[in-house]
Amino acid sequence: MLASGRTVSSRLLRPTAWLPLRLSSERTAASFPQKELIKKHEQDEPRPLYMDFQATTPMDPRVLDAMLPYQVNYYGNPHSRTHAYGWESESAMETARKVESCSIFRKQVADLIGADPREIVFTSGATESNNMAIKGVARFYKAKKRHVITTQTEHKCVLDSCRILESEGFDVTYLPVQNNGLLDLELLEASIRTDTSLVSVMTVNNEIGVKQPIKEIGQICRSKGVFFHTDAAQAVGKIPISISDWKIDLMSISGHKIYGPKGVGALYVRRRPRVRLEPIQNGGGQERGLRSGTVPTPLAVGLGAACSIAQEEMEYDHQRVSMLANRLVQKVMSEIPDVIMNGDPEQRYPGCINLSFAYVEGESLLMALKDVALSSGSACTSASLEPSYVLRAIGADEDLAHSSIRFGIGRFTTEEEVDYTAEKCIEQVHRLREMSPLWEMSQEGIDLKSINWTQH
Amino acid sequence: MAAAARSQVMSLYRTMLRESAKFPSYNYRNYALRRVRDAFKANRNVEDPKAVERLMEEGWQTLALIQRQVPERVTACGCASSMWRCRAVSLSVQLLPLSLHL
Repeated sequence: MLASGRTVSSRLLRPTAWLPLRLSSERTAASFPQKELIKKHEQDEPRPLYMDFQATTPMDPRVLDAMLPYQVNYYGNPHSRTHAYGWESESAMETARKVESCSIFRKQVADLIGADPREIVFTSGATESNNMAIKGVARFYKAKKRHVITTQTEHKCVLDSCRILESEGFDVTYLPVQNNGLLDLELLEASIRTDTSLVSVMTVNNEIGVKQPIKEIGQICRSKGVFFHTDAAQAVGKIPISISDWKIDLMSISGHKIYGPKGVGALYVRRRPRVRLEPIQNGGGQERGLRSGTVPTPLAVGLGAACSIAQEEMEYDHQRVSMLANRLVQKVMSEIPDVIMNGDPEQRYPGCINLSFAYVEGESLLMALKDVALSSGSACTSASLEPSYVLRAIGADEDLAHSSIRFGIGRFTTEEEVDYTAEKCIEQVHRLREMSPLWEMSQEGIDLKSINWTQH
Repeated sequence: MAAAARSQVMSLYRTMLRESAKFPSYNYRNYALRRVRDAFKANRNVEDPKAVERLMEEGWQTLALIQRQVPERVTACGCASSMWRCRAVSLSVQLLPLSLHL
């Protein structure tokens, strides 16, 4: 009665084209559409080598492992198991009982810097810690002390907080740095007034890798009775830090710079002698009233794990990063002339290398090295077209400041990545210099500074 | 006693290297292989049995950690077949007789 091809049964009898035909031993699901998409994506667009460890770092697998139970299980309930990952060990869950005060993870962070666990306040990152420290201390002591000192090479969040303080009526001194990026200690001592409440100097600079003389600065500040804050986001876990030896009163720590999770950081606030600060975030009085709000347990666990791993691996990582950094710098500087390393060659953290290539434009070099993830300047200033203020502060010429690249080397960098980066860099710099008229002129012996570029 | 411990250490070493090679990410894979090799090399001359015991325990825990994060089986094409266990294939195999009967 019904025409063939119209009934349900006849439709089912038709060859089922939608079934994957190869049901044979090739059960590697190569026919599975999602897998195909992913494989295609990886083959067509392989990801670039990551050489930007100052911007952020990948999470260490050990940190991820420590965080997982707290992400998928309810804390304080050590008897249930997370079937998704098949956790066998119940001892992992026992520590959940102590999660209420985050005591274990706080202790891990404190041990890394030599502090007492009660002195650590968990925050949302180093930016929040810096804001809390600078605005908090300045506002608390504003009755008698209206002066704050910082340097010109600080992180944007420190400089911005100081700018806000200026608009509130405070006096802020932005100390210049020498050509090698280090602070002049006599200048600092001369700048401290009787009404100075805070000095803020970062430990390791995120753009040029320079390590400031924190011990001496701490000494000066303690002798003058001024609080000393240091932004140690790039230094924690990479160089040994001791808040008692260095006489630090406040220190900012960032989670995602030490192979931990993003979105968490800590602020060390000294208890003896007590540092008081006016909290920015008010509420239920968590974290000694300094930073109210629920502590993100999985993230705090991640930060604690990252800190304890960093403490164990510091020696090994430092040796390896120094070796790789030397390798990169030797290779690049021996093959290309007119390359300048910004920042002091001795007082630095080896993993952050900032090189200026004369007669080459920085952005064009970055684009030429598109299969290596690099940066010129810091991540927070990379959106703007201006050259980095840090390079300007160390007195680099305009043209050199424009042509600087920052290489970041970290725990997971391999020799092959470093060699590839060096070779690619050498090749592209040669190529760009061939095209550059400035290079031609300098080869002919013309002094570029003597040229009078005509004004149209 | 010492000989048994040595073979256990070698077995742990080999298992750890085998598991580390399964990390899908290039950086993690190389780091794990290198770190395992360097850790065993650095502790090659430890004599004290308690210390050896403690280090072995750490090794087993690290091995468990790696095993939690790598795919169970890595196929020739390099994809993690443990995640996609060809459920679609088995489902279509079940449906096949259904369509043929009607």
